Amino acid sequence: MNDDRPEDEARPDEAPGDGVGGLERPTGEHRPRWRETLGIVLANKLAAFGLVVLVVLILTAIFADLVAPYAINAQDLTRRFEPPSLQHLFGTDEFGRDLFSRVVFGSRVSLQVGAVAVSISLALGTFIGLISGYRRGWLDTVLMRTMDVLFSFPVVLLAIALVAVLGPSLRNTMLAVGIVFTPIFARVVRGSALSVSQDLHVRAARSLGASDLRIVFRHVLPNVAAPVIVQTSLSLAFAILIEAALSFVGVGVQPPEPAWGLMLSDAQRYRTQGWWLSVFPGLAIFLTVMAFNLVGDGLRDALDPQQRSVIESRGAGGDA
Amino acid sequence: MARFVLRRTAQSLVALLGVSIVVFALIHLVPGDPIRAALGTRFDPEVYELLRERSGLDQPLVVQYVDWLGRAVQGDLGVSFRSGAPVTTVLAARIPPTAVLAVASLVVGIVVAIPAGIIAAVRQGKAADYLATGFSQVGVSIPDFWYGIMLILIFSVTLGWLPPLGYTEFGEDPVDFARRLILPAVTAGVVTGAILTRFVRSSVLEALNADHVRLARAKGLPERYILRHHVLRNAWIPIVTVTGLQLGTLLGGIVIVEVVFAWPGLGRLALDAVERRDYPVLQGAVLFMAGAFLVINLLVDLLYAKLDPRIAVR
Repeated sequence: MNDDRPEDEARPDEAPGDGVGGLERPTGEHRPRWRETLGIVLANKLAAFGLVVLVVLILTAIFADLVAPYAINAQDLTRRFEPPSLQHLFGTDEFGRDLFSRVVFGSRVSLQVGAVAVSISLALGTFIGLISGYRRGWLDTVLMRTMDVLFSFPVVLLAIALVAVLGPSLRNTMLAVGIVFTPIFARVVRGSALSVSQDLHVRAARSLGASDLRIVFRHVLPNVAAPVIVQTSLSLAFAILIEAALSFVGVGVQPPEPAWGLMLSDAQRYRTQGWWLSVFPGLAIFLTVMAFNLVGDGLRDALDPQQRSVIESRGAGGDA
Repeated sequence: MARFVLRRTAQSLVALLGVSIVVFALIHLVPGDPIRAALGTRFDPEVYELLRERSGLDQPLVVQYVDWLGRAVQGDLGVSFRSGAPVTTVLAARIPPTAVLAVASLVVGIVVAIPAGIIAAVRQGKAADYLATGFSQVGVSIPDFWYGIMLILIFSVTLGWLPPLGYTEFGEDPVDFARRLILPAVTAGVVTGAILTRFVRSSVLEALNADHVRLARAKGLPERYILRHHVLRNAWIPIVTVTGLQLGTLLGGIVIVEVVFAWPGLGRLALDAVERRDYPVLQGAVLFMAGAFLVINLLVDLLYAKLDPRIAVR
């Protein structure tokens, strides 16, 4: 969209006088203060709730074999479409499989897709953004116009098109989602890198003869961390949402993987036989996405002093 | 202003050219021969040769692209691998349902977001604010297709008030058209409304804290007057812009909603094309939707510059 967005103008973790301070206190002092950041995140009740949900979710995914009472594909055709009960907390599906166990195992797929896809976009986007912001010139123009082209597609549509040509599978879903998110990271990193590369400590390092590689990794990269962390959390939420959507329409994760989107797709065929088939996988997606969004919002508030001061002055804990 | 319009239009044209390259490249990312992949193992060699010749896949890539682009500019996007019908004809039939759904969803979003956002900002920190921000948080996190399924379960399966699936032409039966539009429009519209609510709230909050509003308060003007004449008058420009941009975003999101409600729009067409490996139709649908997205964003940017001349100067 509009290239003249103010993202290039301000670095979220920049405090007044940081440029001079940066010369006196190279690198380390620019890094976010983790303990303080975590404290601010936890002080925000919604973000703390999101963090708790995420921890539970991650533990569930890791220990799915212990949490799930039944095997992932254990069928009992005598117990098809059973409503939720103590024996089957979320009921059973068309093959008499325990839906709770499948939802538990589904957390692995969602978190895996989210983590791998966002890692791909994080790595690619950071690399492109750093080069663009630090080197500028024609390389910056070419890379950013390429990112603009990818930005010109509705995200879901581009992901569908990519998976369609690569072939529907777990791996290709992760790859497609990773590609569609790359421009966001590239823009965020470029904006910060543009600003940081003009800081006194970076100019000082350059004048002392430090190589470009050293400057980028030692001085620029640590200082673009804050916006990237916020973007990572928000992108994880969106990546999980897109994976679920792709699996729902049949171009994402394929059976017999227990993906939540796939479970919802199956539930569509049996919508009159059991409401639980549609409700629980959807709730799992919703809770996961909301948890990442809440943590992302909390991190943004914590790592963005301007935003933080606005919130504190208004005495509000939610998003502003 | 004229310079801004020219620069912004040129940028969009360059982006559109880039989009065309990506869309063209899609078919070449298909492993192996796309026509053979589309036709399956048992196919008529004559049909294969005909499609291969008509799609120009035996030519060098650059020649293929220039040829494809030249034809695309003239409205010729090739023929469907499946039906043999021109892609533009196939697309033309699917545009009205998608356009109707997108506009209806936007209307639902605006109707929800404008009052919710304004009330949340004016009553900041009170119950109404928490309710509106809570709705917004839920709305941006909820998978629209799941929400759509829930609406079908409640309003169609359980209560039997509205038809769960399908589309009726307005000219055929206006009442049935409206009944079938409600659930998909609410599904896509509430997500849009959630995003817009956040934005309306923050825009109004920003305007409420502006110096001229403080001055108006200091002069003793009534709050309602200040809200109408000083706050909303300044807040509405960015709100109009973001609302316009949401129309573009809706085009992407609607793909999934169309599947849930068996809505015969462009998104459904694209997904059917994926399933049938009908790559020219997929290319056409993606190109049209990405092009529409770009054009809408361009028009919104130009409108923004018109409403707020500072944008064009920056």
